[in-house]
Amino acid sequence: MNFECVKNSLGRLVPREVPGLGAMAPYAGAYSRLDGSYVWTSTAQPHRVSAPSADKIASSLRAAIERSGLRNGMTISFHHHLRNGDAVVGLVLAELERMGYHDLTLAPSSLGDSHDCVADAIRKGVVTRLNTSGVRGEVGKAITNGLLDTPAVIRSHGGRARAIEEGSLHIDVAFLAAPACDRLGNMTGSAGKTACGSMGYAIHDAKYAAHVIAVTDNLVDYPLAPRISVPQYLVDQVVLVDSIGDPSQIATGATRITRDPIQLRIAELAFKLIRSSGYIRENCSFQTGGGGPSLAVARFVRDYMKDNAITGSYCIGGITGYMADMLKDGLFRSLFDVQSFDAAVTSSLANNPYHMEADVSWYANPFNKGCLVNDLDVVVLAALDVDVDFNVDVLTGHDGVLRGASGGHCDTAAGAKLSVITIPSMRNGVPSIREKVQTIVTPGETVDVIVTEKGIAINPLREDLLKKARDARLPVKDIRQLKAEIERTTGIPDEVAFSDDIVGLVEYRDGTIIDSIRKLK
Amino acid sequence: MNSTRRKDRPRRSLLYIPGNSPGMLQNCSIYGSDGVLLDLEDAISISEKDSARKLVKYALLSLDFGEVERVVRINGRDTPFFEADLAEIIPAAPDAIRLPKVDSAEDVIEADRIISRIEAERGLKPGSVGIQAMLETARAIVNVNSIAAASPRLVGLTLGGQDLAADLGIKATKVGLELLYAKSAVVIAAKAFGLDAFDTVYTDVADLEGLAEAAAISVSLGFSGKAAIHPSQIPVIHAAFAPSEKEVAKAARVVAAAKDAAARGLGVISVDGRMVDAPVVAQAARTLELAVLAGMEVPEL
Repeated sequence: MNFECVKNSLGRLVPREVPGLGAMAPYAGAYSRLDGSYVWTSTAQPHRVSAPSADKIASSLRAAIERSGLRNGMTISFHHHLRNGDAVVGLVLAELERMGYHDLTLAPSSLGDSHDCVADAIRKGVVTRLNTSGVRGEVGKAITNGLLDTPAVIRSHGGRARAIEEGSLHIDVAFLAAPACDRLGNMTGSAGKTACGSMGYAIHDAKYAAHVIAVTDNLVDYPLAPRISVPQYLVDQVVLVDSIGDPSQIATGATRITRDPIQLRIAELAFKLIRSSGYIRENCSFQTGGGGPSLAVARFVRDYMKDNAITGSYCIGGITGYMADMLKDGLFRSLFDVQSFDAAVTSSLANNPYHMEADVSWYANPFNKGCLVNDLDVVVLAALDVDVDFNVDVLTGHDGVLRGASGGHCDTAAGAKLSVITIPSMRNGVPSIREKVQTIVTPGETVDVIVTEKGIAINPLREDLLKKARDARLPVKDIRQLKAEIERTTGIPDEVAFSDDIVGLVEYRDGTIIDSIRKLK
Repeated sequence: MNSTRRKDRPRRSLLYIPGNSPGMLQNCSIYGSDGVLLDLEDAISISEKDSARKLVKYALLSLDFGEVERVVRINGRDTPFFEADLAEIIPAAPDAIRLPKVDSAEDVIEADRIISRIEAERGLKPGSVGIQAMLETARAIVNVNSIAAASPRLVGLTLGGQDLAADLGIKATKVGLELLYAKSAVVIAAKAFGLDAFDTVYTDVADLEGLAEAAAISVSLGFSGKAAIHPSQIPVIHAAFAPSEKEVAKAARVVAAAKDAAARGLGVISVDGRMVDAPVVAQAARTLELAVLAGMEVPEL
């Protein structure tokens, strides 16, 4: 598909308008809508008043869908708290197909490795438009190969929360997997055999979707107690199914500390950089993921805080068991948990009042009156590729196929005082620092430091960090020098060939379009 | 690349890297060890010997090892690969070769003779490639003094714990106290001839606490370094070589007092009300060097 395009402030060609999606604004800088003057108007939506009910349990998934008023062309949503164990997306899409639905917009909070079924639903026309954060496996291939007539929209977690709140992403029916649920729809993720921890994404969908269906395999006596993540007044129906997912897969997630010497070296350098910045101090706040070197960075930070008797204020974001242990050890006073990365988190969330469940708008929506990322001191992030302008791609694989997730990457990078990207200098012999990344997800303006095992590149905008890192005798290199050093080993690979057809759009957290995804040749 | 051997460079840890692994070879500068042992011997199966030799040669010629010392463990004189290894590796100018299965001075002298010939043929600086002799039999231990004196090219001695235990017919334990005599013999011979002494590897990669214990023994016996078989062992070994803060403070006072005495032309050095003599000063200076290597804060003197 070719649309009339305009260059955004990063020089990327993005459409002004896309049929079916409407008018769009080009990205104009990470903080261009955050100077206090930008005004948005919410889209008015009709709200149906439910008849009072003492039992919201539907006789079947089909009956619930029929009663929801879902029609072709509407938008359905799911949350991704069940990670790679999720069965609900597949269950619902299969039922919708059997019921003859087509032309739906699928708008889950993200999609993971268990969602190849979505590619199937696209091929069959059940789903014709897609909004997501993550694009993995068959879904990534489907988008990149141009299976969708309307470009897929990739949003960050904060951006999706914003889009839902302002109404640009209107959810008609939300199907929310509930590890524990009662007959009136109170639900939580911190109990049951498929317990997933926080339900931060689900809370937001429940607040704004026109119709909410809880899908559970664990119906508990009313009332669900002592913890309720999504309260009954947001829920229309409850459906009991045999299984909402595979507990063994829900408990997975990359939460072991890596033993890979390269990853550990990256983690050590990242930690030393963070230490030199001075941001690890009394009352500091911190976010790190579970994958790659991230958790190893957390271990270094933990040891340093212990040795120096530093108590942090809070950790946010995807929470791992490791962070829960840091809370227990008194290294941080509290956790805000929007998404739990492993099963080790569940008991902490259920039993420790200082481990707090936070919804995704609270976490990262740039347009509310104060999201958590805005007060963050340090965030450690991963990447697939970076470029000499410090732009980050967390979506495109080396073969040009989408295989990543936007997640909270650009939200936290923009909010944190120090954003650190950890990335191996090369993967399978392909260098990670490019002249230009294929798809910009996080703009270089918001990225402070890139750490590879071969050295550290600091954004020239951060002269303060540069000086501190040099004083600490860290291996700081100009990013072009680092790139050249890596290329001495790898050479410069040929570019993947893309056509001009736009098959996806990357929306920045503020709703502007930061980049277009092209069809693979 | 630095091919001139530096006497004063740190050699606390030497990490074995299989010579047939390009992925590991290209990362030699980032594991954090003071040196690497690019292995052509035990880690390489017979069918891989030729390719590993070529790979190590080109790694030496083309990769940046940073400050890391480059040592190649070749195959022993008793193998058909010995001469081919030297012929390919010496022109690539490693800092040293580690010669395994050294039983007598003859083994070192023969290696020295071949290396000298290659250096001459290739116009390399004579004597620039060192030899670390690896003692792995009872006979070698008996001959340790003559081995240590065998060649000016010799830079270090080490022992092969597993092979030595097998030769002695004893069971090798993790900590390796059964090799106490052999280890001490190697250390003392090395010191007597101004060589480095390297302790054998700790084979249980998962047991870092055990490694810490074994490395502490290596330090107490006087070894200058210890070989490692996994990068995770390196910080543990370095920690064993790091002096305590108290030791550093004391050493700093000793060195400061010695400087002060020299400046004032005094022959007698006094620290904390006690007389200290030259060996104590030398040891204090060494403590400060190790403290710097360990990244500790050392008072300016």
